Amino acid sequence: MSDVAIQVEKLGKLYRLEARRVGYKTFRETVTQWFHGSGSEPQSERESFWALKDVSLEIKRGEVVGIIGRNGAGKSTLLKVLSRITEPTEGFADIHGRVGSLLEVGTGFHPELTGRENIFLNGAILGMRRAEIEARFDEIVAFSEVEKFLHTPVKHYSSGMYLRLAFAVAAHLEPEILLVDEVLAVGDAQFQNKCLGKMSEVAEGGRTVLFVSHDMTSILQLSTRALLLETGRVKLIGPTDQVVSAYLTQTGARSHNLGQRRDRQGDGSARMVAIAFANPAGQLLQNVPSGAPLIVRVNIQTTLAKLQPEEIWLDMTFRDSLGHPVTCVSTRFSPPAPREGLSNKSFALVCSIPRLLLVEDTYALDLWLGYRSGHCDVVQRAADIQVTSGDFFGTGRAPRSRRHGAALTPHSWTLAEPTAEPASA
Amino acid sequence: MTDPHMKTPARAPLPDRAARDVVLPILRIQPSKGWAPLKLDELWEYRELLYFLTWRDIKVRYKQTVLGVAWAVLQPVMTMAVFSLIFGVLGRIPSNGPYPVSCFAALVPWTFFAYGLSQGSNSLVGSQSLIKKVYFPRLIIPISSVMSGLVDLLIAFAVLLAMMPCFRVWPTVNIVWLPLFLLLALTTSLGVGLWLSALNVEYRDVRYAVPFLTQFWMFATPIAYSSNLLNKLDPYPFGTVAKTLYSLNPMVGVVEGFRWALMGGANTRPGLMIGASALSAVLVLVSGAFYFRRMERNFADVV
Repeated sequence: MSDVAIQVEKLGKLYRLEARRVGYKTFRETVTQWFHGSGSEPQSERESFWALKDVSLEIKRGEVVGIIGRNGAGKSTLLKVLSRITEPTEGFADIHGRVGSLLEVGTGFHPELTGRENIFLNGAILGMRRAEIEARFDEIVAFSEVEKFLHTPVKHYSSGMYLRLAFAVAAHLEPEILLVDEVLAVGDAQFQNKCLGKMSEVAEGGRTVLFVSHDMTSILQLSTRALLLETGRVKLIGPTDQVVSAYLTQTGARSHNLGQRRDRQGDGSARMVAIAFANPAGQLLQNVPSGAPLIVRVNIQTTLAKLQPEEIWLDMTFRDSLGHPVTCVSTRFSPPAPREGLSNKSFALVCSIPRLLLVEDTYALDLWLGYRSGHCDVVQRAADIQVTSGDFFGTGRAPRSRRHGAALTPHSWTLAEPTAEPASA
Repeated sequence: MTDPHMKTPARAPLPDRAARDVVLPILRIQPSKGWAPLKLDELWEYRELLYFLTWRDIKVRYKQTVLGVAWAVLQPVMTMAVFSLIFGVLGRIPSNGPYPVSCFAALVPWTFFAYGLSQGSNSLVGSQSLIKKVYFPRLIIPISSVMSGLVDLLIAFAVLLAMMPCFRVWPTVNIVWLPLFLLLALTTSLGVGLWLSALNVEYRDVRYAVPFLTQFWMFATPIAYSSNLLNKLDPYPFGTVAKTLYSLNPMVGVVEGFRWALMGGANTRPGLMIGASALSAVLVLVSGAFYFRRMERNFADVV
């Protein structure tokens, strides 16, 4: 007997853009179409796209597979097809065993019903039997930490309580195969940790789990294999670390052309024309895990006659997604060594950051270029870099949100004998 | 390609977790074309969800209203009062038995039907978030919407029973047939609900058409009048033809059936009428279910 849990063969899903944009048609349009014959067919063919195409994969029982990819890569569509919410357009998938899918936390919760009532309703919607819900009821309540409010309509819950209750129900779903969309991206850090703990418990329990996440730490921590999707196709499937690093160096990364930017200040005697992020091997990046090395390269062109490239000042300020400056690197703090034979009309400044001590977020870089006493060129938000959470401390645990602050601090702990208490006066 | 989705292996799966290496049921997910089977067995498997969704609709129905369940009584009673005044007293429309009882006996199933019609047709669109995020047989949604009207029906029926003695009307033995007419009412509203809910996903015109439809349908059903009124068309054979055509409206059979079961009366036994109504009700239900299943595969993408 085979130990396959999910077998997918050449799965494809075609969406008609027209249908998606308009949402629904009116009866009049259909009637009009009848009179105009079927001439609209080629048009709709043109306005469609494959959200999934030629996806083939095999997942064994007990495997935990992380699905990664950029927005629109088809991750959620794949889960929707596998959980039978929408039909594929071609190909097929064989599912061995009962499937539970968790594409959203709290699906079907009704604001007017009490916490207790919603546990039963939501459980039934997720496919649990009444007896199952009753058997796990106390566990669910304990996990959710809302015992006191079980008889209050959930419309009076805080959003945190609501989420905890919703996740508690979902966490006690016990199918053979579990499909999870990015539901862990909500809630506070403590709650996320709890959910992650529950997920790894599920994974260790020998069940098959397929989950989508943008969070590389949890992908690395939980999954045995990973699947990288790109524009609806399988780009790579294999050991998690390989797939994750392939994702982080995806070809979508490019250098940002600054030559076209008009919203700049400065006298223009020297200009920054491009900026790019790379890893030490020289591969371009658009996202980087916390704690990884990062190379930032800025191309500069000048009209200054006697400019010494090592004397130019370049400030790069990292701003977090709230717009607060978080850190700054500059040639003023750490000037480059002079280099022989470099054209002083066109050259590059390369900044090497051995370890990026930033928590996960999207950071915008503001660039300021100066020479002697002049402002040559200023570009706000020259480029964005996405910092993903990485296994910074090598323990699988790292600050997961800004609640713990913006910076990472390398550190270690030891146990020691207590020092003598200072004698109280 | 029209292959049904379930391939059940010879051995049934054991629920026991320890016995993991038994054959699990294999589910094949693939594109389907044309008419799909109804998969009533799967619907049966999800009966608990049907129960919970119906229960939710009932529970939430009168939340945050001052009058609460009184609405279930107020609506048909007020309509009856107005009809009795206009058609009974002023219009002198003939009826078998006291006009208010005759009218209310019709309004009890009618209110249930009208509720099922409006709730059912909006049910899928109103459950978008469920349809896009969870799988279950979609038929459950309109079915539960229609079923949730049953509680109101029971309440209104109790009012009717309490009201009858006041007009010195006593139920006859015919009342044993009442569940059958109730079933006919349920079949009709379910059938119409399935059609309209599936249509509404694609054509939102339905939302605007439903209030009109309900109104027209009400006058095409003997509520304010008795279907005996049609006997005025008498010249044979057109009267019979017209009456048969008229009773293709399944609600005619339901309403006359209710009246007959509760109020009796010698020459009001609506045999042929009920047969025609039952036939068309079943037709509407079966065609509605198949149409629904055919459209179902696009619900999550279109709704």
